[in-house]
Amino acid sequence: MSAMWFVLRRLARDRSALLGLALIALLVLCALAAPLLATHPEDVFELHPAERLKAPSAAHWLGTDRMGADVYSRLLFGARITIVIGIIAVGVSLLLGVPIGLVAGHYHGWLSDLLMRVSDIFLAVPQVVLAIAIAQTLGPSLPNVILALSVTYWPWFARVVYAETRALQKEVFVESTSALGASAWRLTVLHVLPNIASPIIVRASIGMGFTILTAAALGFLGLGPPPPTPEWGRTIAESREFLPHAWWYATAPGLAIFLTVMGFNLLGDGLRDVLDPRLRRSRTATDG
Amino acid sequence: MRLLALLLRRLVWFVPTLVGLLAVTFVISRVIPADPVALVAGETATPAQVEALRHQLGFDRPLPVQFVDYVARLTRGDMGTSIFTRRPIVEDLAHRLPATIELTLVAMIVSVVVGIPLGVLSALWRNSVLDHALRVVTVSGLAIASFWLGIMLQLLFAMRLGWTPLNGRLQGFPPQSITGFYLVDAAVTSDWPIFGRALLHLALPAATLAFPALATLVRFTRAGVLDVMQSNFVLYERAMGLPRALIVWKYILRSALTSTVTQIGLLFGILLAGAVVTEAVFDWPGIGTYAVNSIVRSDYNAVMGFTVWAGAIFIVVNLLVDVAHTLVDPRERAT
Repeated sequence: MSAMWFVLRRLARDRSALLGLALIALLVLCALAAPLLATHPEDVFELHPAERLKAPSAAHWLGTDRMGADVYSRLLFGARITIVIGIIAVGVSLLLGVPIGLVAGHYHGWLSDLLMRVSDIFLAVPQVVLAIAIAQTLGPSLPNVILALSVTYWPWFARVVYAETRALQKEVFVESTSALGASAWRLTVLHVLPNIASPIIVRASIGMGFTILTAAALGFLGLGPPPPTPEWGRTIAESREFLPHAWWYATAPGLAIFLTVMGFNLLGDGLRDVLDPRLRRSRTATDG
Repeated sequence: MRLLALLLRRLVWFVPTLVGLLAVTFVISRVIPADPVALVAGETATPAQVEALRHQLGFDRPLPVQFVDYVARLTRGDMGTSIFTRRPIVEDLAHRLPATIELTLVAMIVSVVVGIPLGVLSALWRNSVLDHALRVVTVSGLAIASFWLGIMLQLLFAMRLGWTPLNGRLQGFPPQSITGFYLVDAAVTSDWPIFGRALLHLALPAATLAFPALATLVRFTRAGVLDVMQSNFVLYERAMGLPRALIVWKYILRSALTSTVTQIGLLFGILLAGAVVTEAVFDWPGIGTYAVNSIVRSDYNAVMGFTVWAGAIFIVVNLLVDVAHTLVDPRERAT
C-alpha cells in the first residue's frame, strides 16, 4: 500500500504523467457514465434520416453522422468498447506472456530457447498483419478482435519478463535464496516476480495504447465489431465517403483515439521514470 | 570471432523461425470458415465441379501433407498461384514490391534525415522551446492512428487545398519501366513532369508513414545523445579542455549514433506494419493492399506469400542490425 502511495506521489510531480492519468480518468468516466453524459443516448441504435450529416451545433455538439445519430453520444459509447478491448486484450497477454517469460528466464536449455523462438515467430511479422489474418479468419466481432490482439501481443510481455528474469539471476539475493533451498516455484513467485513488476506495469500501460491503436486499425479495415456498434475505427471508415463536407464526422473519433492512446503512453513514460531506478538516476542527472 | 559466432547462432535459428512462422500462418489461413474453393468456382458451379476444383487445387489432402508440400515448393521459389488473380504469387508480389519499397524507403529517408538531427538538437538544447515542441511531436507520433492521420492529410491537402492528388501512385501512364521505382525511372529517362507528379503522389502517404518512425527516432536519438553527454569519457574530454564542437561532432555523435543503428530495425518494423494500413488509405498499389485484399478474399496462398516475404525480410533486417551493431560499437568487438 505504501509502495503504491509512493508511486502515486511521484507521478503527481510529473506533469506529463499527470496529464496521462487525467486523460485515462476522462476516458473511464466517459465509458462508465456514457448514458448520463450523452445528449442523445438513444441515437446509438436509432435512425434519424432528417438529421443526416448536420454540422456541429448546440443540439449536436460534434454534429451528426450518416444515420442522423449524434456523433458526440456515439463517441461516449465507443469509449466503452475501447476500454473493454484494451483491458481484456492486455490482461490475456499478461496471463500468457508473464508465465512464459518466467519459465524461459528461469530454466536454461532447449525449453527456454524454444519458448523464446516461438515468441520471436510472433514478433517476426507486424502485429497488425497477424491480427488482421486472425480477425478475418474468425469473422468480424468484438470477442474475435480481442482474441486476435491477445494472441499477437503476449510475446512483448514474454520478452520483457524473460530479459528481466535473466538479469536477476546474477543478483546475490536470487542466488542466496536458491542456495537456501527455495523451490523454483517459490523463488519465482515470491522473489523474482515482485522485483520485475515495474517493467511489466510499464509495458502494460504502453501495451494498452498500442492495443487500442491496432484495434482501431482493425475496425477501420472492417474487421472490428459490426455496425451499428459505435467503434471508433469503423466510424472513421464510414465517414470517408462524406468528406470533405462532413469533416467533423471523421475528425472527432480520430481525436478520441489520439487522446486515449496518448494518455496511456504518457502514463507509461511517467511510470517508467518512477518505477525504474536505473532510468530515474539518469533522468535526474540530466533533466534537472 | 565473436561476430562469427553471433552470425552462426542467428543463422541456425533462421530456418526454424521461418518454418515456425509458416506453420502459424498456415494453420490460421486453413481454418478460415469461408470455403475458398466454392468462392473461386462461383455460385453457378455444381457440387461435383467444386469437388473437382478442390482436388485440382490440392485442398482435399490432409493438412500436414499440404504443409510439407508447400514448404517443399517454397524452397524452389514457388509460392503457388493466387486463387483470385490466377497468377503466380511470386509474380504478383514482384509486380507490387517496387511500389511498397519506394514508399517505405522515402518514408525511411524522411524520418532519418529529419529525425536524427532534430533528436540531436533536442538533446544539445535541452529544455529549450525546441525541445519542448519536439516532445509534443514525439508523443503525438506514437499516439496517432496512422489511417486517421492519412485521412486528415487527404482532407486538408488534397480535398481543401488541392495541392496533392487524393490517392494512387500516378495518374496516366507510368514512366518507362527500368527499376519499377517511378522516381528513379522518371529521373533516369529525364521525364521531369512525371517525376514531379510521382513525387506529389508520394508526399501524403510518405508523410503518413514517416511520422511515427520519425517520432521514435527523435526520441531515441535524444536519449542516446543525453546518455553519452553525461558519460565519464565526455566529462574527461571536457576537463581536458577540448573544444565543445569537437566533443559534440567527433565523440558524442559517433558514440550516440551507434545505438541509433539498432533502432533502424525497429524503425523498419514500424514502417512495414504502417505500410499495410497506409496503403489501404491511399489505394497505394503495393503489397500492403495486396495482403489486406488477399486476407479479405480468403486467398490462402497470397496471404502465405506475403507473410513469408514480410517475415523473411524482418528476420534478415534484425540479423543485419545485430551485425552492424557489433561492427560499429568497439566495446562489443573487444570482449
